[in-house]
Amino acid sequence: MKTTQFPATVNGVSERVAGFIAHLRYNGYTAGVAETEATLQSLRLIDLQDHNQVRLAVKAVCATDKQSFDQFDELFTSYWFNRGREKTSTANSGSSNENQQRRHRPGVEDSMVADSTGTAEQADRNDVAGDSSSDGEGRLIASKRANIIKTDFRELVTPELLQQAQVLAYRLAKVMRDRRSRRYRQDQRGSRLNFRKTLRNSIHHGGVPLRLYRDTKPDRPVKLVTLLDVSGSMTVYARVFLAFLKGLINHDTRTDAFLFHTALVRIGDALKDHDTMRAMNRLSLMAQGFGGGTRIGSNLKLFNEQYAGNCVDGRTVVIILSDGYDTEPPELIAENLQRLKRRNCKIVWLNPLKGWRDYQPVARGMAAALPWLDHFAAANTLESLAELEPALARL
Amino acid sequence: MSWKDLQQQLADGNYIASDELAMAVYLATRQQRPLLLEGAAGVGKTEIAKQLAAINQTQLIRLQCYEGLDASTSIYEWNYQKQLLHVQASRTETAEKIESQIFSEEYLLKRPLLEAITEENTTVLLIDEIDRADEEFEAYLLEVLSDYQVSIPELGTIKARSKPIVVLTSNGSRDLSDALRRRCFYTFVEYPDFKTELAILHARIPHIDAELAGQIVGFVQALRKEELEKKPGVAEMLDWAAALAGLGISKLSDDPVELQATMVCLLKTQIDQYAVTREVTERLAGKVVA
Repeated sequence: MKTTQFPATVNGVSERVAGFIAHLRYNGYTAGVAETEATLQSLRLIDLQDHNQVRLAVKAVCATDKQSFDQFDELFTSYWFNRGREKTSTANSGSSNENQQRRHRPGVEDSMVADSTGTAEQADRNDVAGDSSSDGEGRLIASKRANIIKTDFRELVTPELLQQAQVLAYRLAKVMRDRRSRRYRQDQRGSRLNFRKTLRNSIHHGGVPLRLYRDTKPDRPVKLVTLLDVSGSMTVYARVFLAFLKGLINHDTRTDAFLFHTALVRIGDALKDHDTMRAMNRLSLMAQGFGGGTRIGSNLKLFNEQYAGNCVDGRTVVIILSDGYDTEPPELIAENLQRLKRRNCKIVWLNPLKGWRDYQPVARGMAAALPWLDHFAAANTLESLAELEPALARL
Repeated sequence: MSWKDLQQQLADGNYIASDELAMAVYLATRQQRPLLLEGAAGVGKTEIAKQLAAINQTQLIRLQCYEGLDASTSIYEWNYQKQLLHVQASRTETAEKIESQIFSEEYLLKRPLLEAITEENTTVLLIDEIDRADEEFEAYLLEVLSDYQVSIPELGTIKARSKPIVVLTSNGSRDLSDALRRRCFYTFVEYPDFKTELAILHARIPHIDAELAGQIVGFVQALRKEELEKKPGVAEMLDWAAALAGLGISKLSDDPVELQATMVCLLKTQIDQYAVTREVTERLAGKVVA
């Protein structure tokens, strides 16, 4: 295994370790001065000659989650070992032996030994070049990771994006659900004392309030009902939104979800499947099974007639994920939203098109719906979904 | 003591640790920083804390986290009833004196975190399934773990008499904050490979037949590759091995009916029990026996 040739200006372990930490930071690790310090301290406790020990030690310090833990070994080799490439040299064995001998002189500059090693040195330089390119690749990973959150869903659907969408949805759902009643009810770990009960009970103990009774404001969780448009114009977003829906619903029995297209299908139960990928695939198939057009208005009507009675009340947030392109008269949408609104619920419309530059809600359906919405927002990137958090918390 | 020694000591206590885990444990104990372990259920995250306590011959203090865990159940609480009785009993004293008496350590109920840092000797503090606790608790924990001190308004700050060895475990049901992650040494504990798992089995159930042991481990490893809701962990494997040994089975292919019946040790959900039919069991068993 070849070690990296450091320039002569870099001396001492600490500077190189600092360089390594910077290399990790480039690749998306949250590592800083504290990590450098901890690494150096850890290195004092182990045998520095053994690169395996060094790898294990630095890994324990710098990795912070599963992803960085798995990625670490590769980054380590790429920094310290010229990407761990063994010399598959066609050069004669004599010079490669010489190469072996000087592998622990990382401070020596290339040019100083270039003459003595001849052809092998050429290969060596190629290796160094290879390292810098691989370094570039490492940065690519980093920039991709940072970018993924801003990419429009149409362009890229990766498992990790789905995962993120789910996590995000879970957070949003939590923000919305976390509601407290204004009334008080008895509770062991309540926030305030229930004086009446405490005093009444103190009579048992001759007037000493030995047991304290407390009150708390009980939770009044918000129900979430989601309507997802999976018509032709929305198919590019469907998978991500399904993951998002899955996150919203996550193990919560009070939420429900529907797909619509030309017809309306209840998918709440299917989404509660524990295996995310299986649920996703099943639902994607369900979503594709429909025709091409959209009938938002009549589906809302159907929803009002069949399901709203059961699952929508004053403590419900109805989330509609749709681009608003409809094949029916827009009045139907307005009329049914108004009807839905009479149940005193909140209506949130998330439109992936809204994230585009210069978007105007010109789709007639969308324009008709606007007066009845409590919140109208973009939903084409994870970032835009994340921005919903404060708005939804206010609802 | 080097990290290899520690790994050996763990092995003597019948805990087979991977290199990554052993190094992380070694550094955490030497540098007195918390150790954060993540990984699927049943890979031995909690067990390592018990082993550490055994190696250092100290007490293991365990804090099981759950949703709604708060400071009064994890750090300290005043013994209200005792305080009240004391006030009743000493009516003649002045108010200041009584107050200074009832807000003393005698009336303090120590909960795991406070207990761990006030012990004279170094203890092992296991904070299990930290991801289940709320984010507020996590923030509180950060304070305790970085300064090793607890501030009690009525008493002042209680500094640690000894720094405990802290082991945090997480199953990843919620993302932990970066601040907490960075303060800890981190290791992701994977399911062990064949060799390691075999060593674990031999260490835990020494009298088991070598051939059967190989079959058991091979079977469980193959089973983990199936599409299951809940993959069997090492603990399940050990249960199963004990069950098989107890039933006197010497070869997995001997009695398919009995084998299927013992699968209750490995499959912990109804869906999994449904999915792993007798045919699947026999196919897997056939592979490892041959």
